[in-house]
Amino acid sequence: MNFDALIPKIGVITDIRKDTHDVKTFRVVGTDGKKPFEHLPGQCAMLSVPGVGEAMFSITSSPTNREYMEFSIKKCGCVTDVLHSMEVGQQIAIRGPYGRNFPVEEEFKGKDLLFIAGGIGLAPLRSVINYVRHYRANYGKIVIVYGARSKDDLVDIDEIKNEWMKEVNTEVYLTIDRAQEGWEGNVGFVPAYVKEIGVDPSMTAVLCGPPVMIKFTLQGLLELGFEKSRVYTTLELRMKCGVGKCGRCNVGDKFVCKDGPVFRMDELDELPDEY
Amino acid sequence: MYRIKKTDLNALYAAIAKTSGLFIPIRRADEVNFAVWGEGKEVSLETLKTVKSPKNAFFPQTENMMKFKTEGKSVEVVDIRTEDKRPFVVFGVKACDVKAFEVLDRVFLAEPVDTFYQSRRNAITVVSLACSRPEESCFCTAFGIDPTAPEGDVTTWLDGEYLYWRANNQKGEALTEKLASLLEKCGEEAVEAQRSQTKEILKRLPLAALDLSRFKEENLNELFNDPRWAELSEACLGCGACTFVCPTCQCFDIRDFKTNSGVIRYRCWDSCMYSDFTLMAHGNSRTTQMQRYRQRFMHKLVYYPAQNGGLYSCVGCGRCVNKCPQNLNIVKVIKTLGGEKS
Amino acid sequence: MKEVESKMLERAKVLLESGEVARVIGWRKGAFCHDPEPASFESVDELKDFVYDYFCGANLSKYLIAESKKEGKTAVFLKPCDTYSFNQLVKEHRINREKIHVIAVECMAKLDIGKIKAKGLSAVTGVEVDGEQVKVQTLYGEAVLSKTEIVLAKCATCNKTHQVKDEEIVLHERPVRDVNRFAEVEALEQMTAEERFKFWREQLSKCIRCNACRNVCPACSCIKCVFDNPQSGVAAKANDDKFEEQLFHIIRAYHVAGRCTDCGECSRVCPQGIPLHLLNRKFIKDIDETYGEFQAGESAEGKTPLTEYRESDLEPKDVLKEGK
Repeated sequence: MNFDALIPKIGVITDIRKDTHDVKTFRVVGTDGKKPFEHLPGQCAMLSVPGVGEAMFSITSSPTNREYMEFSIKKCGCVTDVLHSMEVGQQIAIRGPYGRNFPVEEEFKGKDLLFIAGGIGLAPLRSVINYVRHYRANYGKIVIVYGARSKDDLVDIDEIKNEWMKEVNTEVYLTIDRAQEGWEGNVGFVPAYVKEIGVDPSMTAVLCGPPVMIKFTLQGLLELGFEKSRVYTTLELRMKCGVGKCGRCNVGDKFVCKDGPVFRMDELDELPDEY
Repeated sequence: MYRIKKTDLNALYAAIAKTSGLFIPIRRADEVNFAVWGEGKEVSLETLKTVKSPKNAFFPQTENMMKFKTEGKSVEVVDIRTEDKRPFVVFGVKACDVKAFEVLDRVFLAEPVDTFYQSRRNAITVVSLACSRPEESCFCTAFGIDPTAPEGDVTTWLDGEYLYWRANNQKGEALTEKLASLLEKCGEEAVEAQRSQTKEILKRLPLAALDLSRFKEENLNELFNDPRWAELSEACLGCGACTFVCPTCQCFDIRDFKTNSGVIRYRCWDSCMYSDFTLMAHGNSRTTQMQRYRQRFMHKLVYYPAQNGGLYSCVGCGRCVNKCPQNLNIVKVIKTLGGEKS
Repeated sequence: MKEVESKMLERAKVLLESGEVARVIGWRKGAFCHDPEPASFESVDELKDFVYDYFCGANLSKYLIAESKKEGKTAVFLKPCDTYSFNQLVKEHRINREKIHVIAVECMAKLDIGKIKAKGLSAVTGVEVDGEQVKVQTLYGEAVLSKTEIVLAKCATCNKTHQVKDEEIVLHERPVRDVNRFAEVEALEQMTAEERFKFWREQLSKCIRCNACRNVCPACSCIKCVFDNPQSGVAAKANDDKFEEQLFHIIRAYHVAGRCTDCGECSRVCPQGIPLHLLNRKFIKDIDETYGEFQAGESAEGKTPLTEYRESDLEPKDVLKEGK
């Protein structure tokens, strides 16, 4: 077959983990049983369900995982509805990797890192967090602030509790929006919690979550003295091709699929407000 | 330079069609569009503007990309491309449309190369045709295009009883050689005379003084935030007429279609003017027609040039000027936000 | 027409200045002499670009769906044919009648720049109408055309009169002409089925799926069209040359049947010159013949042939028998 960037290869779902009532994590390998392709933290892949369509998802697993890829996917549209109804062994189509990754080697190395995520926004950050953990000695202190609507909406809480919380020189803060029986941790929105914790403004920050969370968290970080050039986020817009040709995921003269999805806040400041 | 009598053109078309496909302006049901030539078809080279541009020669409005075969839990990707190795001649392409090919090339031939586009693009010989009767909606000169001597592998001119013919490169010479028995050598006087006459008209066209100098990357945000977009776009119906007649619009959609023998994945032209263009499961980055309207023109005049070394993604063909149901167009945008040279 | 224009302008100024209306919907001057665009004027200052001439063919009534939801009253200039669409939209509860002030304006038929150019004229710089004669200036010289030959298709057979007016600016009455708007439909009916199929096949195969006909159509006022729903299973964006794909137009004609006022906007805006109004007119003719003469938009009230059941209504089997 002739190669074209838009033609996917086949992937096999080898494991499905139900994380919350509307989030499942899918483990995907190629038909040869190996990882479909290599990627870097923050990059995305196009998954397609034949007859339903294609959608772009951030790759949740770390590139250091040499065996398979994982995608934490929230049920919220045509493609995700069908994905959620699938069983282990189901084949899907996959192509990628797409987009600019988090500068884990170039910029993050040697730095103290602050990860702030809300809800399903943890999906792309999990890839970076686990990458950094894998090469733990190369990075400074890690602070993770993760919030969700309720304790039942925290994605893959097992890994957070059993691994992240036990990681050296790492602090993990969890918060949920409203008080709930059986929850002894913090209650409140992410932006407020970040300010409460009192993070060090010399850290490099990575944010991902709903737009309103990003907006207010960023405001809070700036008040604490963070510089925009050291705050990263990842955007999501409608995509069809993933390679900067179909023309729909642009913000100003930048394509999110190609020039993003990872952007620094000072870069976003230069772009028109349309995302 | 060569020439051939207009009355012999049918023989020329037939000769070309013998060894390659021929895509040429053809009148069908009262409108002229580029279509595959065949004996008995009514060719209309005199038509200044075909309704659609010739871009569908290598970027068809709808094209099947692949097929999925599914059985139980397994999925198979089937390559259904029938690679047409036959060369293709696109005949009668105006200067603006030739320039538009370059605009499209920069998108589709950039890495990763779009092989669907590339295979057809490579097979094409472009025979351009000079304009001798530009009309009021033409403004290609604003983009530095000379409609009296269009680029292309071969350039032709219609004048008096003749079609004049000049090969511009090897591809063009190869085609000329194949047609040698139909072409006779001639001087350039008639062509030069026509060119200088046309140039006089070009200077007097109402849109000759459009000023594009404000449309550059450094003014991106200022232009984006200009309050006048509201007024410019208020009558916009949100249809795709401007997009689909445009020679440089290249946005596409990818969709699946269920058939009895599997799922066909096709791509088709899409328009940023449509409300579902940026619609996602959980939101839409452009919810108003003003935003969509602004996107279309910002893309042509600012975003695309910023990505492509200053090359505008408009060639001044004026099709949108003629075809917008409510008379909105890029000219009004340029005049309002850019102005006119004094 | 200049006289009418200045009267309209005067009225618009008074309405805006007095605060009686918050905005006036009319036409704004274009880049040439023949491309005015529908526009909303909110201040006297904005009215400097106001125009009303022989190229103001657009039907402004559909814009009123959005305008009547805005704060304050909206004044609008409606030509005779536009008022039918207006009534129909009021009837369908799309326009809030109380928020609109209708100024009925005269129309002496509008011109089609496409038809002028089809006469071989290029680089048009000026158009002057003098009764039945139209003088066209171009960079290549002048020409005098007969107005009848270059009016918009929708104007060619129009004998409509204003159905709604809160006030009017009519200085001349367009004489009632002896025209049969069903002549083209009758010609199609005379064809054999094969000929008719070939005709529509050729016409519809030009369609580029731009949706201009649907988006301009006052009867197509669904908030979300079924063809825009990705879950509908209709490959609406694919421009397949198969006849199946072209059913879009036939489905649309069915959907507006009994509600289409024959405003002709579909044909005016089609970039490929498809005579879409003929589909609608065929339905209008059939409804007339089957249920008695009916003109949608004559009234903003009452039942329509397709929403009213009468025992005398023709049964489908009878229709089939009659071979209609």
